Amino acid sequence: MTPRQFVMLCLLPLGVFTLAFLAIPLGRLILASGEGDAGWAIYLQILQTPRYLTTLMQTVVVSLAVTGAALAISTTAGLFLVRNRFFGRQALLSILTLPLAFPGVVVGFMIILLGGRQGLVNAVTPGHVVFAYSVFGLFLGYLYFSIPRVLLTVMAAAEKIDPALEEAARTLGAPPHRIVIDVLLPALAPALIAAGAIAFATAMGAFGTAFTLATDIDVLPMVIYTEFTLSANIAMASALSVVLGLVTWILLLIARSLSGDTVAVGG
Amino acid sequence: MKSITKSIPMIVTLLACFFLLVPIIQSVLAGLTVNYFRGLSSGLTLSWIGKVWALYSGSIFLSIWLALACLACTLVLGVPAAYALARNPGRASRILEEFISLPLAIPGLALALALLQLYGTYQGFRMHWSFILVGHVLYTLPFMVRSVLSVLAAIDLKTLEEGAASLGADPARRFIDIVVPNALPGILAGALTVVTLSIGEFNLTWMLHTPLMKTLPVGLADSYASMRLEVASAYTLVFFVMIVPLLMAMQWASARAQRIMQ
Repeated sequence: MTPRQFVMLCLLPLGVFTLAFLAIPLGRLILASGEGDAGWAIYLQILQTPRYLTTLMQTVVVSLAVTGAALAISTTAGLFLVRNRFFGRQALLSILTLPLAFPGVVVGFMIILLGGRQGLVNAVTPGHVVFAYSVFGLFLGYLYFSIPRVLLTVMAAAEKIDPALEEAARTLGAPPHRIVIDVLLPALAPALIAAGAIAFATAMGAFGTAFTLATDIDVLPMVIYTEFTLSANIAMASALSVVLGLVTWILLLIARSLSGDTVAVGG
Repeated sequence: MKSITKSIPMIVTLLACFFLLVPIIQSVLAGLTVNYFRGLSSGLTLSWIGKVWALYSGSIFLSIWLALACLACTLVLGVPAAYALARNPGRASRILEEFISLPLAIPGLALALALLQLYGTYQGFRMHWSFILVGHVLYTLPFMVRSVLSVLAAIDLKTLEEGAASLGADPARRFIDIVVPNALPGILAGALTVVTLSIGEFNLTWMLHTPLMKTLPVGLADSYASMRLEVASAYTLVFFVMIVPLLMAMQWASARAQRIMQ
């Protein structure tokens, strides 16, 4: 066996698996989206049906809000943890990365414990404060699993910034907020765009959290799920899946070209 | 004024920690309290854990079994493939790597729909645990390939292999004696990632599972919807006890692989 043949042999199992369980099923999904009564016009139908359009807008708005909040919180916390060494730093870092391994359903349950009918906030505040099943609860749930992902990307980039740049700015008399605006943020920009794209894509596709909170608000993955299971509208479920998959894939492609790696997508 | 602006990052960091940690503590406490609504004064108990064991031990064992089977599959499929990709860096390899990474980008729900439409009618396969396994392998394979590939890309594989070849080792021998030992840190990091992700996978599994085939996270969703808060919390506690050590081991192994590469 020549080395070349051996290398090809090494690729064979992966090739067969990928073809059978990724390439052909995805091809089938795309074809299935055009097999409904509307044919390929189903993609036009998504834009013309108010229910789907509102869902699409709602998903984008929630995801954008989560992305903004996660970027603000995680950049602040990430810079703080990179530039300060103190007792308990490692513990804080562990807490902030813990949710990486939580499935979306568990994150949903965490929000129910905070803001559900029997939740902490309802127990300690006078009156009836329940937010777990609202858009705000969904926002908090998405934020819960976005903070660790953004934090890791930002911290990896922040550790590579040359401290001499900051010192130079300081000796030249720049106040702290100017250092952040003129030195740190430009240096972090690629990482922030990448982390933002990851957070946005994850929020767009998150299913488990919305499923657990069983909210009245329609987000795209929940609508796909109900179209498939309750309405048995296979073509529409497939078409919405194709749209969702394309959006998240393109965003993560952008993220990957700007920073080295993507953090696991889950939720 | 200066001290306030200086302490804002610290306050934000602490608030974020509280936000993430408080519900975890609540869930641990609720799983161990006799009656959560009456509070800790009602006493501590392990009976909820016992109830979880009676109700859901099957789903816990299924998840462990699936994670191990998934690990075996990703090792067999992923390690040789990572070697092949490392030996032929180029456009075709980039495209293949990008393609097998699609399950990281496409939501699990969409992938599950694709699998269901193609294979859902084959009842024997549809009802078998290997149907869920396919989903898990699809989702975790890119992590194994990338983890091994990044370690192999950092070492001078060509020179090592040429040395072995000049001593008469054939390609298969070189793979076992040179490539695998050198890739071990990457394989370890990849393996821990695969097991951690497989045990926690929900989005694909929820669509692929059958009433007789419930994994741990599917059981969790079930308990959140239909069990009292203490049982749901106790089950979540069991999940934490399994997943947190795995996550820590995974982070340790990844950091170690990174160090070795430098």
